[in-house]
Amino acid sequence: METESQPVVHSEHRINYPKFLWRLIVQATEGRPLYYAWMTFLTALALVGANAWAQQIESGMITTNMTDQVSWGLYIANFTFLVGLAAGAVMMVIPAYVYRDRDMHDVVIVGELLAIAAITMCLMFVVADLGRPDRFWHMIPGLGRFHWPMSMLTWDVIVLNGYLLLNLHICGYLLYTRFLNRRPNPAWYVPFVFLSIVWAISIHTVTAFLYQGLGGRPFWNTALLAPRFIVSAFVTGPAFIILTLQILRHTLGLQVTDKPIATLMGVLRITVLLNLFMLASELFTQFYTGGTHVTAAEYLFFGTHGKNELVPWIWSSITMNVIAAMLLLHPGAGTKRWLLNTACVLVFFGVWIEKGMGLIVPGFVPSTLHELVEYAPSMNEWKITVGVWAAGLLVYTIALKVALPVLTGKISLSGTSNTAAKP
Amino acid sequence: MEAENKPTGISRRTVVKGAAATLGAAAFARAMAPIMNWSETTSLDEFVQKHYRELNSQEMNDVLRRLERETKENYGADVTINDIKPMQGVVFGYALNLSICIGCRKCAEACHKENNHDRPSHNAYIRVLELDQGSMNLENANTTYTHPVPAPGKYYMPVQCQQCENPPCVNVCPVEATWQEADGITVVDYNWCIGCRYCEAACPYHARRFNWRKPEISATEINPNQAYLSNRIRPQGVVEKCTFCLHRTRVGRLPACLEACPTGARVFGNLLDPNSEIRWVLENKRVFVLKEELGTKPRFFYFFDV
Repeated sequence: METESQPVVHSEHRINYPKFLWRLIVQATEGRPLYYAWMTFLTALALVGANAWAQQIESGMITTNMTDQVSWGLYIANFTFLVGLAAGAVMMVIPAYVYRDRDMHDVVIVGELLAIAAITMCLMFVVADLGRPDRFWHMIPGLGRFHWPMSMLTWDVIVLNGYLLLNLHICGYLLYTRFLNRRPNPAWYVPFVFLSIVWAISIHTVTAFLYQGLGGRPFWNTALLAPRFIVSAFVTGPAFIILTLQILRHTLGLQVTDKPIATLMGVLRITVLLNLFMLASELFTQFYTGGTHVTAAEYLFFGTHGKNELVPWIWSSITMNVIAAMLLLHPGAGTKRWLLNTACVLVFFGVWIEKGMGLIVPGFVPSTLHELVEYAPSMNEWKITVGVWAAGLLVYTIALKVALPVLTGKISLSGTSNTAAKP
Repeated sequence: MEAENKPTGISRRTVVKGAAATLGAAAFARAMAPIMNWSETTSLDEFVQKHYRELNSQEMNDVLRRLERETKENYGADVTINDIKPMQGVVFGYALNLSICIGCRKCAEACHKENNHDRPSHNAYIRVLELDQGSMNLENANTTYTHPVPAPGKYYMPVQCQQCENPPCVNVCPVEATWQEADGITVVDYNWCIGCRYCEAACPYHARRFNWRKPEISATEINPNQAYLSNRIRPQGVVEKCTFCLHRTRVGRLPACLEACPTGARVFGNLLDPNSEIRWVLENKRVFVLKEELGTKPRFFYFFDV
């Protein structure tokens, strides 16, 4: 059982914290054959990505299929999507802390760790997109020249890194106190949890503002962009977590009731419809008004002047989102797991396309001088993208692998056979 | 189950783990090997170089000499790179007479040579749009025409950096690698740009270009008269743009694109000088700017003569 909170001697941490870290490292490298196989698989993919990135650095970004017309592509598309996934994790935090949902509280760390992994991937995608990653230090305040507050990109640097630190602190603090068998002091984490809720909204809002604020890009220059980003984040976050919770139940033996899944499904049912509603609103504004500003939307949804690279992408996305919405509205979605799971997979990929190839690329087609230059990612771009996803999943897997046994008391300072029950 | 395998001494499992870690590290080093080739081309001096506006004259001098040396090493050409400052009491403006432009693209060709652009990609800071008479809808413009010019029923509109008074590209840069100088010219510190291409997304005139690879240009074709902020050969992975040929115009010469124009469609000068030709055009012609509704306040003007 948990011991009473005691005044902590600081020197104690100098011994206990390294012990804590060591136990986590041991835990991360121990596991069943399936775990080793999964980790080896991800490592291999990450290495392919690392190699592709090294080649991109050497030969230049000519290895991508981006051009001066379509100057952002697959990397920024994935970045945008992943900011949403990170923000979407807050849909576990809100029920757990604001509505004091005990069942959700028990597994909320699954969401917080997802935020960490997703932000890690975001930062990797941004670095992959830089022509000169060696000059990354130019962005460090004090050392370089940080163009704040004018550049929205500097805001994004602040909110993304802030969100990462917040979640690292919250997870790290809770796990360490749990490891010490102490009751966590709410003053040390609850304020940060509430801050992280607001912060989650800010990361996707600021990311939307990156695009939304560009007057020369009519496709992005709409006030609906930020709200749509938030709503779609609350689609992918819950969808991914619903699937993850079930996988963890089978692999790492996570003790999770059906209640958190039901809560997340409740959220998903609404956000999927809201997202489709906003799509309809956008389509109406574009096509009913008409004029030259519609070219990008025309190109995206129907193709124009014989160019239609994105048409199959966006219609797959819409189809997936609509089918998922119908599955979720089906009365059986609450009881039939396969219905819910299918819907989750569909919306995940549906939104991935919508926020990526369906949002970033058409912002550049036509170009600002109305040239119609199409874009499809190169093999090297795909390799780097897969590599970053693999690295992100590595982070997420390791984080879950070490965090869950600590939370359930299987790993603690006092020994391995701790019988601590959850409160 | 994991925790009970707590290692005591060096177990077989520890050895396997160590071997796996070594293998992983080796594979990682192998995967990243191309970076090593690249890093040999980037000097430490370049890596730690300060922002243009933080360099004192001695440091600037060192940088310029280093860049000249590197041009010699990499391209085999002897060049002179200067740091030319804006002139007092000067703000540059450019005007273009659409009535007499014939769409020959001599301006773009002159830009290509003057500014030491990458040869294989035929890069230039000017794009010439061919438009249907009776419409100013850029939507129907053609930039890739190959027929003889001027074609019947068409007119031509060359577009380059508009040197906006309110430049969106400058606002978005996260590291202040691009800024507007006192004479109104927006420049890029090619040694400070991180290559995020946010400026390229923000520019409404497609004025910016990215160096997707190291520019290729033979020693004999290199224009040796270069400036730090304009036409020196750009590094790989950074953004560049039209500077109104500041290495020429800041010492009293005219932009290369103007000198190349066979019809005299281009007018360049000091907007602050009431007796300049550019001021005469602005005061006596029906002048317009591109995408005025965006509030960028271009210093590049178009006009019709007839």
